[in-house]
Amino acid sequence: MNYAQKALIAAAAIAAPASAMAQEAGSLDQKVNAAFATATGPFVNLIFAPFPGTSFPWIVMWLVVGASIFTLYFGFVQFRFFGHAIKLVKGDYSDPNDAGEVSHFQALTTALSGTVGLGNIAGVAVAVGIGGPGATFWMILAGLLGMASKFTECTLAVKYRNEYPDGTVSGGPMYYMKKGFAELGLPGGGFLAIVFSVFCILGALGGGNMFQANQAHAQIAGIVGDYPGWITGVVFAAVVFAVIVGGIKSIAQVTEKVVPFMGILYVGASLVIILMNYDQIGAAFGSIFAGAFTGLGVAGGLVGALIQGFKRAAFSNEAGVGSAAIAHAAVRTKEPITEGFVSLLEPLIDTVVICTMTALVITISGQLIVNPETGLFVLNEAGTAIATVGDTSGVALTSAAFGSAISWFPYVLAVAVVLFAFSTMISWSYYGLKAWTYLFGEGKTSELTFKIIFCVFIVIGAAASLGPVIDFSDAAIFAMAVVNIFALYFLMKLVRRELNSYAGRLKSGEIKAYAH
Amino acid sequence: MTTKLVVGLDGHASGERALAHASRLAELIGDCELVVTYIVEWSPFSFQTAEENEQRHKRREEETTTALERVVNPAVAKLKAEGLKARGVVRHGDVSDALIAVSTKEGAEQIIVARASEGGFAKRFFGSSTSNLVMSSTVPVTVVS
Repeated sequence: MNYAQKALIAAAAIAAPASAMAQEAGSLDQKVNAAFATATGPFVNLIFAPFPGTSFPWIVMWLVVGASIFTLYFGFVQFRFFGHAIKLVKGDYSDPNDAGEVSHFQALTTALSGTVGLGNIAGVAVAVGIGGPGATFWMILAGLLGMASKFTECTLAVKYRNEYPDGTVSGGPMYYMKKGFAELGLPGGGFLAIVFSVFCILGALGGGNMFQANQAHAQIAGIVGDYPGWITGVVFAAVVFAVIVGGIKSIAQVTEKVVPFMGILYVGASLVIILMNYDQIGAAFGSIFAGAFTGLGVAGGLVGALIQGFKRAAFSNEAGVGSAAIAHAAVRTKEPITEGFVSLLEPLIDTVVICTMTALVITISGQLIVNPETGLFVLNEAGTAIATVGDTSGVALTSAAFGSAISWFPYVLAVAVVLFAFSTMISWSYYGLKAWTYLFGEGKTSELTFKIIFCVFIVIGAAASLGPVIDFSDAAIFAMAVVNIFALYFLMKLVRRELNSYAGRLKSGEIKAYAH
Repeated sequence: MTTKLVVGLDGHASGERALAHASRLAELIGDCELVVTYIVEWSPFSFQTAEENEQRHKRREEETTTALERVVNPAVAKLKAEGLKARGVVRHGDVSDALIAVSTKEGAEQIIVARASEGGFAKRFFGSSTSNLVMSSTVPVTVVS
């Protein structure tokens, strides 16, 4: 479904009389879905509005241009300092006297637990299902460029974080917008921080919450059979409520420890499937490259593949969005730029490695139906996506792709999906809370209010169908990127100052690696 | 020249045994300083939540204060009461690595620790801090049983 069609459907939903909608909406899921589409339609349409006369959404261009400018401005920092980033994560430059604080590794893994999630499993399936294997190429390119965006925002997040007298720290785009603009003598930093915080709260409720609950339900229903989404929502909401409100940290601690292993298991299983079909690896990469530049036989053609690739990459690794900068801000280092280097590994791990694995498995598994005569993909009846075996999409498509090679893997995937969804929700509840407390002040009542709202949205997300939820998720997160990248353009010279200073001292030997 | 001995405490009864042995050694040596050391076990490669990261610095300070108040300072006071020269150190990190680092930095002649009485499957499987210390230390180690 292209954006014009989505816009038409959204407009129709708004125009439809309430009585007619009520008649059609038989179940609670449908009622929630209809009300949700009506409420969020205009916001979604605004964010994904195409350039006049084209089907190219301006927001995708905004992200690509931003990431490209940061890449050029910092002289391909993601490639020049890649090796140094690895050394930093290993702790080679950590002062042993600073031990006991948050390490680069911990800041990276904390941020990754927020970004590695359903976007890597379901989001990639949506992209490949609509844009074909060619979407993978654009996804990888967006991931590589996005490394520079993440470098910029995370450096600033550490540089301008708040350190409170009790020793706790808080940071993120809202802080660097306010303090950075003030340092440069520019007006409007405070206003941008407020706008960003509003979108961050919406993003936390959308992509960081409803999308996760929605896809977790889809996966569980795929295993145990269909049942109402609100049941999953209530169970998830109860557990998340227990963790974020009840202070039952043990659940979060278990999840945080299990998720990395699930990630390794997921990548391991992907590699097994890819190696089992080693004879198709060449063909899969061939279709990725061919599809990237021709887009033949996929919904939306070349532009469709490109848009889907960039959209999914941005949604998955969140580069330029500013969310992970909140997690990275807690690292303890004397040099803010070092966290910038470490954070640039995030899009690489998330998008270039994990998302590509998913895309390769789907491409190799033969779940996408190809016309044997023309060699082109067959579109579904509506012409909105590639027809798949069993008419699957989203996480169900990924599950079917894995299941075609390893029959029991959908069960493991279901566990992974639930854990990924859970850890992402916990992470985003924190991001949303930071934005909320920035706006409304810190205090138990204020924090509890946000946490309750967050849990209510879990139920809504699990009950609503994929379409409106995924659109709102994208829209809210991309809206954060609009404000964040705008601010980064003004602040990037501060980052370059840090980069030049650090690079000079590293070269002169003033910054030394510690022997371990 | 003052001889320095590093005494590793773990907050348990075994630490008391190490302390008692170090005290006897210091009396025999004469001009001796005891560096009473407590290592808060911490790994930079553990997984944490964003909220834990936010609170980490605060918790580190609390852990240091608690270790000083409950373990290190009483031990130092006891040694001083016996007429010995002593001071306390608290560090975060891997127990054996951190004890070796403190000893090297201090130029200590010896590290004195006590073997923990607790055993169990996990320690047999992963190895204990004491055996790691004995295996990797560059400073002579005395293990009090």
